[in-house]
Amino acid sequence: MWTWYHKLSSPKWFYQLSGQWLPWIACAAVLFLGTGLVMALAYAPADYQQGNSFRIMYIHVPSAILAQSCYMMMAVAGGIVLIWRIKLAEMVLKCIAPFGASITFLALVTGGIWGYPTWGTWWVWDARGTSMLILLFLYFGVIALQSAINNTSGAARACALLSLVGLVNIPIIKYSVEWWNTLHQPATFKLTEKPSMPMEMWLPLLIMVVAFYLVFTVVLIMRVRNEILEREYKTNWVRKLIDPSADRSIKSSVKNGGE
Amino acid sequence: MNAIHKKRLIIVCVGVVAFAAAAGLVLFALNENINLFYSPTQVAEGEAPVNKRIRVGGMVATGSVQREPDSLKVLFVVTDYENNLTIHYDRVLPDLFREGQGIVATGKLDQNGQFRASEVLAKHDENYMPPEVSDMLEKRGVDATGTTAKP
Repeated sequence: MWTWYHKLSSPKWFYQLSGQWLPWIACAAVLFLGTGLVMALAYAPADYQQGNSFRIMYIHVPSAILAQSCYMMMAVAGGIVLIWRIKLAEMVLKCIAPFGASITFLALVTGGIWGYPTWGTWWVWDARGTSMLILLFLYFGVIALQSAINNTSGAARACALLSLVGLVNIPIIKYSVEWWNTLHQPATFKLTEKPSMPMEMWLPLLIMVVAFYLVFTVVLIMRVRNEILEREYKTNWVRKLIDPSADRSIKSSVKNGGE
Repeated sequence: MNAIHKKRLIIVCVGVVAFAAAAGLVLFALNENINLFYSPTQVAEGEAPVNKRIRVGGMVATGSVQREPDSLKVLFVVTDYENNLTIHYDRVLPDLFREGQGIVATGKLDQNGQFRASEVLAKHDENYMPPEVSDMLEKRGVDATGTTAKP
């Protein structure tokens, strides 16, 4: 377990392995997203109260779930950065934040679009909406902190600290609809209970949730691979990757006095 | 895992737990302010201030909606199945407003304990179903919304 952990945390090893996985995960993401969208828009029946406007749920719910999962993953990466100082975790932390911010924004916007015809308002300062907005600002904070500090590992540690502090917001988002009176309805999916809708409605939703996770994985892997190349460009294996005749060019660049 | 990692792990865990506890206490103290609305029971018990802009929420009682034929004025009762509250409203109601559905109204409580709303928002629950299913439920005499409604 520990050797595997250390192996995976080596950027080179991760780069090679993720390169093999990426096409498969990307194919699965396209497949799930396509199936999910067709099922959600064409096969799922309209709701008895809301008619077709409830279909925005198939974007809203997966993006809201993913927004929170992304944050938890970012905080876990942050913990690893603080405790073990692993470079790969620094990169993951940096790469999740912009995606998390976008998906949180998507959840907020689709929530507003859904709220207008059903509730009668774009926005209300209830506990669910407000805690989601705080999540968006936490992501913004991590992005800003990352770009404000020049020192790479210093920036990573600052971001790690912020993401761990913000972790307390996740249970607040999750239970906001149970602890307080809100305009927002209770959770659509609960792990412990049967879904509160028929199969032809929840199956597309489940597929969409899986699709969103797959898209996230693809985007994250691509971004981390980019980050690895950028940070490790001085190492031999990256040079060889870019230019197979790199052995010679390194020697010549050393002769010419550096990079 | 060597000693320094163990030490850092403990520091991080203690930090997260301490921060979560602090946030929990703050939220507990702010409890009343985070609630979006007062329930009819809270209003009946006098917790809601009179003549101040507040929100109340509850289920629209079945059979309680009375509309004036030549204006938008409407009068209905919201309930949490313990207490009732009469609401007056004279603007356009949202599409999802119907008897047995939840609403949240913004407005002021008057001296007679009735609520003058300036905005009514419709709540919906997490129970989605196709129209055929709700028709079927209704035929069997089960109220599609009433059975699942939370007080």
